Amino acid sequence: MSKLQALTNTVVNWVDDRFPVTASWKAHMSEYYAPKNFNFWYYFGSLALLVLVIQIVTGIFLTMNYKPDGSLIPGTNVSVAFNSVEYIMRDVAGGWIIRYMHSTGASMFFVVVYLHMFRGLVYGSYKQPRELIWIFGMLIFLCLMAEAFLGYLLPWGQMSFWGAQVIVNLFASIPVIGPDLSVWIRGDFVVSDATLNRFFALHVIAVPLVLLGLVVAHLVALHEVGSNNPDGVEIKKNKDPKTGIPLDGIPMHPYYTIKDIFGVAVFLVIFSYVVFFAPEMGGFFLEHPNFDPADPLKTPPHIAPVWYFTPYYAILRAIPSFLGTQVWGVIGMGAAVVIIAFLPWLDRSPVKSIRYRGKKFKTALVLFLISFIGLGILGAKAPTELRTILSQIFSVIYFGFFLLMPFYTKNDPGTEPVPARVTETNTSRQLAFLMYVGIAILGSFVFAKLV
Amino acid sequence: MTNQVDNSKRRFLTLATGAVGGVAVVGVATPFIASFFPSERAKAAGAPVEVDISKLEPGQKIDVEWRGKPVWVVNRTKEMVDSLAKIESKLTDPDSNGSDQPEYAKNKTRARADKANILVALGVCTHLGCSPTFRPDLAPADLGADWMGGFYCPCHGSKFDLAGRVYSGVPAPKNLDIPPYKYLNDAVLLVGEDK
Repeated sequence: MSKLQALTNTVVNWVDDRFPVTASWKAHMSEYYAPKNFNFWYYFGSLALLVLVIQIVTGIFLTMNYKPDGSLIPGTNVSVAFNSVEYIMRDVAGGWIIRYMHSTGASMFFVVVYLHMFRGLVYGSYKQPRELIWIFGMLIFLCLMAEAFLGYLLPWGQMSFWGAQVIVNLFASIPVIGPDLSVWIRGDFVVSDATLNRFFALHVIAVPLVLLGLVVAHLVALHEVGSNNPDGVEIKKNKDPKTGIPLDGIPMHPYYTIKDIFGVAVFLVIFSYVVFFAPEMGGFFLEHPNFDPADPLKTPPHIAPVWYFTPYYAILRAIPSFLGTQVWGVIGMGAAVVIIAFLPWLDRSPVKSIRYRGKKFKTALVLFLISFIGLGILGAKAPTELRTILSQIFSVIYFGFFLLMPFYTKNDPGTEPVPARVTETNTSRQLAFLMYVGIAILGSFVFAKLV
Repeated sequence: MTNQVDNSKRRFLTLATGAVGGVAVVGVATPFIASFFPSERAKAAGAPVEVDISKLEPGQKIDVEWRGKPVWVVNRTKEMVDSLAKIESKLTDPDSNGSDQPEYAKNKTRARADKANILVALGVCTHLGCSPTFRPDLAPADLGADWMGGFYCPCHGSKFDLAGRVYSGVPAPKNLDIPPYKYLNDAVLLVGEDK
């Protein structure tokens, strides 16, 4: 043993006597056994962590030049906050890259998280014993939505202002306490400097702290029960009698760390392309009216939320007001998010993975996917009569998918027995995957053009 | 001294500590929750606004800022005022029974009787607070052949007539609010005060 190795050992031993560094590394990396059949869908958990780090680092640097001040610069209609964002973009060295990384990161966070959630849906990852992982995940999703909404006010542009106006007024429609509640949230009778300051505080420290705690809880719960996999087989049921290691398990490190690094490389290529060549993404990542400073007297001609909120926004718009209140749309929108958390108890199927599910579930899933993407497209467009009717149909399908799930997942014809061990992939599965992705993308484009 | 554990005493002390601690938590939380309400400065910023309406042409609309919100002042032409009666069947609340306005504006024109042609309304949609667009044009392509002029909210498609009364079947539940206002003289309108 060389002297350097001996020294390293001494240091590690010294630390191990005081803090479980080696034990933690083994428990969560080198001796954490994950199923060996992870596929494409299993990239998005680690990618979500990567985006979280990107958002925190770029966010910290943005606060060094951003000013949460809604007061107008004398003689102009431009606020100090809006101007400080322009300053970051034009005068701070590297500022535009940092801001575009942050704004692109916000959208990519939702891309990655939606795919991560869809993975959970098709492989039944929320089912027993992983209900708490799913609940923590849903709370993370709520925090992300709060982060996105709070952060969107900060540039103090037209969309910032009117988007916040609309969302805060959602709370005003709650009976009895609503009007006071919305004043309490704003800290003023209109969206104002007071609102901007508190949103800044919540965006940069309060919600991120909660978010980090939830991410830790999500991972601790995951490592307690172990990962699900595309076959929905519990690998802990088949352990090597001598070593006690799952027969279908491979250590997280080096196998999945290497796999995830490959995923990170591909992701960063796409991420960099957006940052450098399409940071506005045609108005979907950064909306064009937000390049105008906030004007409390003039609503932009067409208000739409950023793309990741459009499915819920379409549900909000689809529900008309009746009985003299418009709280129903707000309830519908809230319920559309909350209901996802109940999946573990709505799904009565004996199998987890889509590979062994019956025809009814597969049909319902396709309808759900169509309605979710359809609502997303409709929510980004101005309302017309046809679009409102389509939104209403899709909203019914969306809720039907969840509320009818206890019925169609029970005794679903075509449900196959789950094998004892995980299976190898094959060409027909890979081709089917590519075909489904192709159909989904093509279908979305055609629908967006036609509607 | 005895080695026996007095469980009931323990339970009492646990409860008492919990209760007193709970009161302390509520007490400490109060200033933090209170700090979210509007400050004294925000509450004070609600002074009435004077508006010169002598140059307001028939059919014209001007925007005034009052308490940070847009207030519209519209000089309605005779045709506009006459059109109000024709669309009542399409409205949710034509008599403004379920809407907010001062008593002197609770009528068909939703304006003070001495200047019934002047509409003073809060330009904030009663749905989610966007500011609707003034659309005095008759029968435009996007709003339909029977559109007789009014306000259209770009956010969620709510429609209001030229008295700020809401159409039925749109997201907004009630008519636009009418702020308190009065005329100081023939040419000057005061928004925010009517006494």
